[in-house]
Amino acid sequence: MDGLIMIAIISIVVAGLTMAIGSIGPALGQAKAIASALTAIAQQPDEAGTITRTLFVGLAMIESMAIYCFVIAMILIFANPFWQYFVARAGR
Amino acid sequence: MMKGGIVAMGVEDIILWQCNWFKLNMTILNTWIVMAVLVVASAAITRSLSPSLQLTHWQNLLEVIVLFLQQQVESVGLGQNFRYLSFLATLFLFIAVSALGNIVPGYESPTASLSTTVALAACVFVAVPVFGIWERGLGGYLRRYLEPTPLMLPFNIITELSRTLALAVRLFGNMISDVMVVGIILMVAPLFFPVLLQLLGLLTGFVQAYIFTVLAMVYIAAAVSGSEG
Repeated sequence: MDGLIMIAIISIVVAGLTMAIGSIGPALGQAKAIASALTAIAQQPDEAGTITRTLFVGLAMIESMAIYCFVIAMILIFANPFWQYFVARAGR
Repeated sequence: MMKGGIVAMGVEDIILWQCNWFKLNMTILNTWIVMAVLVVASAAITRSLSPSLQLTHWQNLLEVIVLFLQQQVESVGLGQNFRYLSFLATLFLFIAVSALGNIVPGYESPTASLSTTVALAACVFVAVPVFGIWERGLGGYLRRYLEPTPLMLPFNIITELSRTLALAVRLFGNMISDVMVVGIILMVAPLFFPVLLQLLGLLTGFVQAYIFTVLAMVYIAAAVSGSEG
């Protein structure tokens, strides 16, 4: 197969798979975090402010993993360095 | 859409006016609109403040917002310092108002462009050392990188950089996904569902503004208070 076509196919497929598989883990982790935060708020309603803030910080840390997968998917689709190289070579 | 670097997803490609070194695109124009709304509204409302219980509705609204943010800043441990409040409240208000403006047709939130969110994250990236050095001195701030052990120095540096990137991409990803989903649903079921998705986008806009501010607060509090924070 031509290098150009192969790069396109692999980039598209891997971008989709990256986002699909890469968001399973963070979603499960965030679900667990929110569940324990809700339990804690139910047990100590006075501390709801602190617990909510800590929850948000923790969610942000967990979400960073999904964000890194998103960045890779975006780079593969929109700023693919190999695509530029092959397009430049095919244009010559 | 494919250019040499990270591409802009449409909002930056609409160029309104151009001279030989400056391109006025929709992102810059919308940023100016948000700035104008914030500055003009604040100036108009605070022109006649009344300290008694007889307030105008607008002053009441501003007081609610300012007190809420002040409460958040205090509970993180940053105390009563006005400089933290001014920086963090500006971040929150800018992101919230730019998300709120999506109600107006023809307006696109400037935070839906990677340039704006990277700029906001860069502000936080610069503000954390500035506040840390202001509060604890240069030596005290740099010593933080060697805690808990000097072996953690490269990890601390990488943490700084990756949190800034995560701040920028989190806000950008949330805003642009709302825009894209509404655009796609407009092609599929254009009568009623785009409105619901725009409401969801409004909600996530406010939540993301709050998360951005809370994370900036926590980073500044960690730099300012040191080992006990």
